[in-house]
Amino acid sequence: MAEAGNVVEMIGVNKWYGQFHVLRDINMKVARGERIVICGPSGSGKSTMIRCINRLEEHQAGRIIVDGTELTNDLKKIDEIRRDVGMVFQHFNLFPHLTILENLTLAPIYVRQIPKKEAEEIAMHYLTRVKIPEQASKYPGQLSGGQQQRVAIARALCMKPKLMLFDEPTSALDPEMVKEVLDTMVQLAKDGMTMLCVTHEMGFARQVANRVVFMDAGQIIEANSPDEFFSHPQHERTKLFLSQILH
Amino acid sequence: MSDIAFVRKEIAPMAPPPLAVGGILGWMRKNLFSGWFNIAMTVMSLALIALILPPLLRFFFFDAVWAGDSREACLGASGACWPFIKAKFGQLVYGFYPIAERWRPDIVFALGAILLAGLLIPRVPFKRWNSILFFGVFPIVALIFLGGGNFSLNQFIIGRIIPLAAMLQGAELFGLTLSFWLDFVVSSVLITAVAYFVANALGADGRFAARAAAALLIGLGAVLLTLDFDFGLVPVETRQWGGLLVTLVVSVTGIVTSLPLGILLALGRRSHLPIVRVFSVCFIEFWRGVPLITVLFFATYMLPLFLPGGLTIDGLLRALIGVALFSAAYMAEVVRGGLQAIPKGQTEAANALGLGYWQTMNKVVMPQALALVIPGIVGNFIGLFKDTTLVLIVALFDLLGQIRAAFSDPSWATPTTLFTGFAFAGVVYFIFCFGMSRYSMFVERRTSAGRRR
Repeated sequence: MAEAGNVVEMIGVNKWYGQFHVLRDINMKVARGERIVICGPSGSGKSTMIRCINRLEEHQAGRIIVDGTELTNDLKKIDEIRRDVGMVFQHFNLFPHLTILENLTLAPIYVRQIPKKEAEEIAMHYLTRVKIPEQASKYPGQLSGGQQQRVAIARALCMKPKLMLFDEPTSALDPEMVKEVLDTMVQLAKDGMTMLCVTHEMGFARQVANRVVFMDAGQIIEANSPDEFFSHPQHERTKLFLSQILH
Repeated sequence: MSDIAFVRKEIAPMAPPPLAVGGILGWMRKNLFSGWFNIAMTVMSLALIALILPPLLRFFFFDAVWAGDSREACLGASGACWPFIKAKFGQLVYGFYPIAERWRPDIVFALGAILLAGLLIPRVPFKRWNSILFFGVFPIVALIFLGGGNFSLNQFIIGRIIPLAAMLQGAELFGLTLSFWLDFVVSSVLITAVAYFVANALGADGRFAARAAAALLIGLGAVLLTLDFDFGLVPVETRQWGGLLVTLVVSVTGIVTSLPLGILLALGRRSHLPIVRVFSVCFIEFWRGVPLITVLFFATYMLPLFLPGGLTIDGLLRALIGVALFSAAYMAEVVRGGLQAIPKGQTEAANALGLGYWQTMNKVVMPQALALVIPGIVGNFIGLFKDTTLVLIVALFDLLGQIRAAFSDPSWATPTTLFTGFAFAGVVYFIFCFGMSRYSMFVERRTSAGRRR
């Protein structure tokens, strides 16, 4: 059974794409309020790992327990978990046919069954928090990349999640817009949100992470506090990776 | 080092565009005479118009006969014989529908037009009620008005096992066969009970299942009761329907049923459940592989041979089902094309928010997919509308069929009758198809207004 206080527990998780072994024996625990940054070269399985947590990808061996509920083939449980786990994607994935406000209220209205009025109030609250309440009636296509990503964060927050997953949230942004999204995420971290971020923003990792996890070839190579991780990397692979991304 | 540096001190001012690009002459130069090829095309097009337009105008208007009440009026003329259309107009619209009863199709036309206008014009309120009326109530009202209602229902389920009708000796109340309604009530109670116990046995919510079954049966009962009730209308068999009436009945039914069926089939074809997928694929490929004429022939002449004796299905209904299933298969492939254009990220984002499969489809994927394939969908509608003329070969007289039937009237046999009739048919079909086409362009502009990327 899950230990109290652990929001996510991954025990011996394995996954294959056909013959290809993408996740190899992943063991990880995430405590409530903890902020974890996951980095590693492309193709190392970072995204796949966090996508397993809300079952956008299926794992084939091992156990994943989210907030005390184990992920199995039970669709009802999967939907329950997804309700409580927010996710932000690299390409925002806003719904282009809905206004910003409708993007934010869709899930609260149809999944949480909150009255429309109330859902709109919640949505405006979070839009104000990500500093774009004036864009509420526009469509996603009319916003800049940074604004779209902030809307995506607000959309996830409207479901009042217990855990937020970020899948390279700044990788598709123009350099000018990275900061506004990172600022929003830092604010979220200060408010005590449990966060798992796949990102290469090492400044962000230093500033907010409790732990930095380094992955390569589908395995967790090293996990440490940011200070230790950046100043005394243990593994050769980590040293090589850091030397290439920190100039 | 610094002698090659350049720093702009102020923003460059906006310059006006070059002159002589506007105006009619500018437009003509740009669009009609911009190069030797364009000049040649312009000249050829003008020549073509000059060649075609005058004879058409002469036939339709200047040389046409406008008044008269028999073939004599049209005999000498080289233009259209409009009195022929005027004399046959009732037949072209209603077919052989009894003249005294023609107010009934009129009411159905008017009701349909009002409800449809309410649905199609964005500014009209009460869209939800309007669609319930159009898709739920209107078909039943139309059926009763057109056919006369008062269906003699005599067996439901138990009546097929126990000879209830014989036991009650055909007793009736307000024109309703008692044995049928006793049968219906008892059967409904039994079905509800079975639903309750089966759902409980399977570990599902028995009460919910029972309530759903009861609601469905009560709805069905209300529809059947309305159909069974004697409103005192003279029955008019579908064999007497004809003309534009049949064209509209077949095409509207086909259009209204093919889209939802097509959506379901498209979803089925992309389903992860093998049975659903295989069924959808087989269904779609079967109907797409068979010509519509074959379908109609089969439904009309072969199907009765396979059905158990005594069970007959109305000829028009058979054609309707054939047309609907046929066009649903085509619709499914159009919709699937739209589904494939929606990025996977959309479904993932919706799933990550906790939306279930149907909510994701309903609220996120379908609105985008359908908006993308409006041209294809309306293309199918238009094709279907024109394909309804094929019911002619199974002895149903649609608009075109009625016109051809009218040709055989010797009292209107003139050299131009044939051309006049087909010209009229062409104009009527064009009005409907062009209307659909324009409306689809309007919808396209509306749906894409907010999300130009």
